[in-house]
Amino acid sequence: MDHPVLLEMKGISKEFPGVKALDNVNLTVRAGTVHALMGENGAGKSTLMKCLFGIYNRDAGTITLDGKEIHFKSSKEALENGVAMVHQELNQALTRTVQDNLWLGRYPKMGGIMVSERIMAKRTHEIFDTLEVSVNPKAVMSTLPVSQRQMVEIAKAVSYDSKIIVFDEPTSSLTETEVEHLFRIIDMLKQKGCGIIYISHKMDEILRISDDITVMRDGQWVATRPAKELTMEEIIKLMVGRELTNRFPPKTNKPGDVILDVQHIAGKYTRLKDATFQLRKGEVLGIAGLDGSGRTEVLENLFGAMTREGGTITLHGREIQNRTPKESIKNGFALLTEERRATGIFGIRDIRENTVISSLKDYLMGGICLSDKQMKEKTEWAIQAMHIKTPTQKTQIRSLSGGNQQKVIIGRWLLTKPEVLLLDEPTRGIDVGAKYEIYQLIIDLANEGKGVIMVSSEMPELLGVCDRIIVMSGGQVAGEVDAKNTSQEEILTLAAKYV
Amino acid sequence: MSNESKELAAKAKSFDSKKAFDLLLNNALYILMIFAVIVIQIINPNFLRPSSLINILSQTAAYLPLALGIAGCIVLTGTDLSAGRCVGLTACISASLLQAVTTSNKMWPEIGTLPIPVVILIAMAIGAAVGVFNGFFVAKFKLHPFIVTLGTQLILYSCLLLYVKMGNNGGMAISGLDKSYNDFIKGSIISVPTGNGTSTPIPNYVWFAILLATVMWFIWNKTTFGKNMFALGSNEEAARVSGVNVLMTTVLVFALAGAMYGWTGFVEGARVGSNTANTGLNYELDGIAACVIGGVSFVGGIGKIRGIVIGVLLLRLIFVGLNMASVNQDLIYLVKGGIILFACALDMRKYLVKK
Repeated sequence: MDHPVLLEMKGISKEFPGVKALDNVNLTVRAGTVHALMGENGAGKSTLMKCLFGIYNRDAGTITLDGKEIHFKSSKEALENGVAMVHQELNQALTRTVQDNLWLGRYPKMGGIMVSERIMAKRTHEIFDTLEVSVNPKAVMSTLPVSQRQMVEIAKAVSYDSKIIVFDEPTSSLTETEVEHLFRIIDMLKQKGCGIIYISHKMDEILRISDDITVMRDGQWVATRPAKELTMEEIIKLMVGRELTNRFPPKTNKPGDVILDVQHIAGKYTRLKDATFQLRKGEVLGIAGLDGSGRTEVLENLFGAMTREGGTITLHGREIQNRTPKESIKNGFALLTEERRATGIFGIRDIRENTVISSLKDYLMGGICLSDKQMKEKTEWAIQAMHIKTPTQKTQIRSLSGGNQQKVIIGRWLLTKPEVLLLDEPTRGIDVGAKYEIYQLIIDLANEGKGVIMVSSEMPELLGVCDRIIVMSGGQVAGEVDAKNTSQEEILTLAAKYV
Repeated sequence: MSNESKELAAKAKSFDSKKAFDLLLNNALYILMIFAVIVIQIINPNFLRPSSLINILSQTAAYLPLALGIAGCIVLTGTDLSAGRCVGLTACISASLLQAVTTSNKMWPEIGTLPIPVVILIAMAIGAAVGVFNGFFVAKFKLHPFIVTLGTQLILYSCLLLYVKMGNNGGMAISGLDKSYNDFIKGSIISVPTGNGTSTPIPNYVWFAILLATVMWFIWNKTTFGKNMFALGSNEEAARVSGVNVLMTTVLVFALAGAMYGWTGFVEGARVGSNTANTGLNYELDGIAACVIGGVSFVGGIGKIRGIVIGVLLLRLIFVGLNMASVNQDLIYLVKGGIILFACALDMRKYLVKK
């Protein structure tokens, strides 16, 4: 098949105060193909796309679409000229209906100013029928699960009938079935001759659907190759600029006696129905399961961030309540939350404040005054121990990379001297290179005799880091497997048990 | 098996009682309103007479347009503190342009009496201009509307103080209005018989308020602008990347609100009859209170015209009712504050996700 060049971005540069975000980057997308854009976080993928989409104004370089040179000044202009985008962050008006969101910015009009609900409903049905999306167009966005909201966002991008469609991490909140659904939609778009730019961290996805792969590193173009010629290892090598021989550090921790015994806990308002498990000293216990299986709820329930109904928690043979996070912290628990940006970091505050916030009472002098000296020392300890890369303690945490932010938060929790660490997706949105460091930290913690419970949606990660894995399905524990003698297939089978 | 069915029955029952409780809470505002009406009626049997009902209705109509305007700003997660002073300014201007030629210290003797439509246009245009000013600062400089309108409010007050000292007025209350103006606003085309051969007229501004509420309902629900406004209030970034002109929409929302204050000012000019620089003082607080009572949420992107009407009505009902029940004047604010807190706590319940 012939695939003429549809979009050509040449020599794109973009500078932010103090940072060269893009330096002479090239990208060529052919019609009817999927072009994967890869690179670690901060490599400049999203910046490049924002330059294309008119959100950022590029400093240098040319963009040619269909033979015509373009320079979009706003998203509106990009959309009107055949470039649509599924944004990484779900940008939706949550209080409005699905169809209001779908047609936002281009409502079908009647008599100049009126919106025609009838035409809107008709077109929504047409789009949803073509794409086989089963979402109620009249439902208010906030009432839908995240995966369905993501499908609406995908349908919206497709509905612009664009020549170029950018998918920026579209699958991060989708279930396996929905990912397959998305791939069918992408196939359909390829048949129509669209050019797809696909950004994702998931290697297997990339290798499956892409025709070409462009790798970026530190704002620079590294390579563009046909997907067929690349393997996962080669891509990682291109991305990090060095060879990553092992994805996981050696497992040196030795599980000891049971320290935590959880019996039949359930959520009052959430989908957690029944969870029973034990945790040993020095053990890394994994929790697997599909999205919505209640794996996050296990941790939040245990930590008292959700209302518990029934069940007992026994730590060192003593029954504890953990009714609120405050009480849980006192009992030696720590929770690394799933959404770092929303519930983990205090973005505009500095590293030091982010580090000491959970252990403030340790730095009190005379019961009222916080000791700057002590806080500084403890933060310095965290920076050293966690290998946090930051210019100073006074740097805003949001200016750090995802991996370094995560290390700050782990440091924050270690200062509370926890015995049980609850880690929810500890490596989400973190570079391949930095993931290794987080894994090493987790294993080190277990080596020091702490109990770690880790939730993850990435199965290789659970298999590589954990000792045992419990699998959640439909809000219940579907089974427990030994991480050394199990397979992804076995876990997936268990995960589907109560669905 | 019997155990199981028992369990199921118990579950169904608890579900029903929970549902009933929710229904009760979700309509608590109406229940409170009915309860208040009954209590006041018992204390003062004149409360539900047509004359007093028309009084409540007229007061609602006077305050409604301003609340309708402010509501748009609240939908955008903002607010508008300049509303009251804007009403004051437009009221004084309207009144000064429509003084009878016979009035001894007529502010502008040389212009005679302007035609009413021209004055309406002037008042609404001044209001809209203030709105554009507010909206521009909010959208262009990304200032919080609270700050912008706090500044505008003070600026407007100076304008107002200077204005009432202009012409022949010399800082006096502006009164001696032309008959055409009074008739247009306070006149009546329908009177309701109130027994004993008397009848109470429904003032014209009630009909205007109904008209404006209808127009606003249309704008909010049926136009592109309305939908963009809600989308913007719900998620500004989503609106921007979907191609909505954020600056224009914001400016328009504030301009529309300003036009509403202009209208309110025009009505107040005649309704108050004797306007000073104090006209309109704190109107914005009543307007904001009515909006939040009526479910226009500060969370943004949520609100209904129906709710605003009910909010204004409830506040006026309580005001008139407490007066008629001879409750100590000093206590009225306590009741009002209590209602605001109660209503908003109830409203927030709907958006809370239980964990």
